[in-house]
Amino acid sequence: MKPVSLPHDPYNVIITGVGGQGNVMASRVVGNILSRKGFNTIIGETFGASQRGGSVTSHLRISSHSHWSPQIPKGRCHLVIALEPTEAIRVLTHYGNPNVRVVCNTRPVHAIGVISGEQPYPPMDRLKAWIAELSADCRFLEATEKALELGKPILGNIVLIGAAAGLGALPIDRQDFEAGISASLSSDMLALNLKAYDLGVRLVQ
Amino acid sequence: MSIVLTGQKGERHLVMGNEAIARGALEAGVSVAAGYPGTPSSEIIETLAKASTDGHLYVEWSVNEKVAMEVAAAASFAGLRSLCVMKQNGINVGSDFLLHLALTGIRGGMVIVHCDDPGALSSANEGESRHFARMLELPLLEPGDFQEAKDIVKMAFELSEEIRNVVLIRSVTRLSHASGNVVFGDIKPVEKKAHFKHGGSMLDPLEGPMSSLPVPYRHARQQDKLKQAVARFEESSFNTYSGPETPELLVITSSACHLYSQEAVHLLNVADRVGLLKLGTTWPLPPRLVEKYLGMTDRILIVEEVIPFLEENVKVIAAERASNIGPKTFYGKRDGHLPATDEMNPDRVAAAISKILTVDYTPVPEDYAKRAQEVAHLGAPGREMTFCAGCPHRASFWSIHNALQMDARDGFVCGDIGCYSLAVLPTGFNTLKTLHAMGSGVGLASGFGKLAQFGLNQPVLATVGDSTFFHAVLPALVNAAHHQSDITLVVLDNSGTAMTGFQPHPGLPVDAGGHQVPALDIAGICEAIGAEVRVSDPFDIEKTRRTLLELFDIKGLKVLLLKQICALSPEKKSRKMFEVAVDESICLGQECGCNQLCTRIFKCPGLNWDPERQVSRIDEVICVGCGVCASICPSGAIRKKEVASA
Repeated sequence: MKPVSLPHDPYNVIITGVGGQGNVMASRVVGNILSRKGFNTIIGETFGASQRGGSVTSHLRISSHSHWSPQIPKGRCHLVIALEPTEAIRVLTHYGNPNVRVVCNTRPVHAIGVISGEQPYPPMDRLKAWIAELSADCRFLEATEKALELGKPILGNIVLIGAAAGLGALPIDRQDFEAGISASLSSDMLALNLKAYDLGVRLVQ
Repeated sequence: MSIVLTGQKGERHLVMGNEAIARGALEAGVSVAAGYPGTPSSEIIETLAKASTDGHLYVEWSVNEKVAMEVAAAASFAGLRSLCVMKQNGINVGSDFLLHLALTGIRGGMVIVHCDDPGALSSANEGESRHFARMLELPLLEPGDFQEAKDIVKMAFELSEEIRNVVLIRSVTRLSHASGNVVFGDIKPVEKKAHFKHGGSMLDPLEGPMSSLPVPYRHARQQDKLKQAVARFEESSFNTYSGPETPELLVITSSACHLYSQEAVHLLNVADRVGLLKLGTTWPLPPRLVEKYLGMTDRILIVEEVIPFLEENVKVIAAERASNIGPKTFYGKRDGHLPATDEMNPDRVAAAISKILTVDYTPVPEDYAKRAQEVAHLGAPGREMTFCAGCPHRASFWSIHNALQMDARDGFVCGDIGCYSLAVLPTGFNTLKTLHAMGSGVGLASGFGKLAQFGLNQPVLATVGDSTFFHAVLPALVNAAHHQSDITLVVLDNSGTAMTGFQPHPGLPVDAGGHQVPALDIAGICEAIGAEVRVSDPFDIEKTRRTLLELFDIKGLKVLLLKQICALSPEKKSRKMFEVAVDESICLGQECGCNQLCTRIFKCPGLNWDPERQVSRIDEVICVGCGVCASICPSGAIRKKEVASA
């Protein structure tokens, strides 16, 4: 196994989104890969409301030497992977800092307050500007649209993982990804997941 | 098969706290496991169920937690090791039996795992279960990390057999539902023969009958057992200390709070000033051990969730040993350094320590924090909880709400525990007017339905799910039938314990291990106790509303069974029933007169309102194709087309 160094130790990653977007699955995929690479990995999940329209966040703590709390302290996140842009902002409010990086899907999921017209959904260019303002580096991807082209919108989560890896923001490569998911997927689904991952990598090159 | 079951001794894997607990039970040679689903505990039984195929293990989702305790106790009485699992509410449900069981004692090791939900992330209460250990006089263990979540189970079984009484293990959401690296031990299949010995004398703990009588004798014995447990706790490797020999501040903590406290000490860079005593044996506390660490310093902060249980128990020891250790200053929940509600996190602990030691701590530059708050206000609209797209409950409550409006006698619905509890919110049209424990809605309805003699003339309804029906509704329903209470019970049957992940219940033809079992018929049961029963598909909103209005006019106990599978069930997730689309040439938006019924009132997440074009839209990623919105659109602008079966 080739040695990999972490940008920070512990390296703190938040994967955020809305229930049903495949957030918990994404955090487990990444966590398992990093655990297999020998890192001490902790995943803290809040998914009680996951399928019920609520915000869902997974906190990943990755360390070469120690175990950390399943909740990242305020302001201490290094990387935000957001499946939904307003959720990126929500996470940055609590865990952001001037050095944080963001990889963000642009597909909105409207809260019911937005659907009913009680609250406006912010324009995408404003959202992008705010996220850029609150981060050191941010990338926006049409991950859901790309995944829709693959026939599985849920794979937007894997597109984003591919993008984060492609940017060097996650210490994993394609081999790690394949090894990490191959045991649990059928060959069809494995091929689709790899396609989604590659798409993500390409989108940020 | 899951790595939790197949992983070999010495291997290190990333597993959930609940999986670690299940692995620990397997390594300890558990023979019988029973529980009732409840977040954050459900994965323990689910994991064990997958291991129950080889004949060495019997696992069941019991009808409720009390019965689960009884099933587990029976195995123990017959000499087997048994595990019983539930969320915090479950200890309440089973406490009547448990109070007697704790007096009686056990034979094979019996461990109860109860997972609390500080912050009520997935609960209708924040009640914590540790105080039950004190009330029931049973030993309590709390794992402080993921490895301990596995290892403490083995210790619990050994202790249980040593003292011949039940041992409690308390977990919390941030351990049960978090994942960490765990090194596995060995799983050795145990060949055990079950036999219940009952021919011995009344007081023979090994071969006599199992009962709590005579109480004074048994109670004294029970307290001797606790003393035995304390003696073991004084030496336990689950109680650890890290820090300087004479710290300025001693933090005493347990469970996930141990991880928060560690992190807080790191954040504040005070490892040379603060000592951390992590306790894994939290009731009864080992007094000699606690005295030793209290003696190291004069200032003590106690970090725990949720109520000051540990804090009060430590203070009792401090008072008893005051002549040895001198007066102490305590910080914690009672003096307000930490909140006594909600869950803890590293920041809350850091705030308390920084205040006590007067250390400055600024997590983020102030201008960043201020700007982030401003942006959040503009850029992150709140996300209220909602029924999923295509959820049968949205359709059911639509019909119930409309039927009550049409009836116009100020009728109301008593709610119950499940996904459908959300009908207390706008997503269920604020239809529920009471919400308490499992089954309580029907008990309340039974009471309301007898108030006609005092002038109550409102239609009284209750809604329960299919799993809840079996768990706690049956006695209340029998009460209503026997007393001729005038109520309408709506059973929202979505074919599984949907909220916690589709665990089977007695209404289904399959059990936890996947075996074929007889399914109990809810409609048949209701008919047998004399209810007037109707059945409808909630997606047929016209028929459902009409049926409800008919039932309101019948006196006595009525039951409407609304059957439609949960939108998240594996069978539904694979395929849409309908392709749904909005015909923009027909949708008149605000000109229609419908007042945007679909998005403003029905507000399924699969719908969007396009403010620019002034029309409703379907979000093709979120819509699951239930077609109900097509039924409610008065102008027929929402079109549904049946999807041909594959």
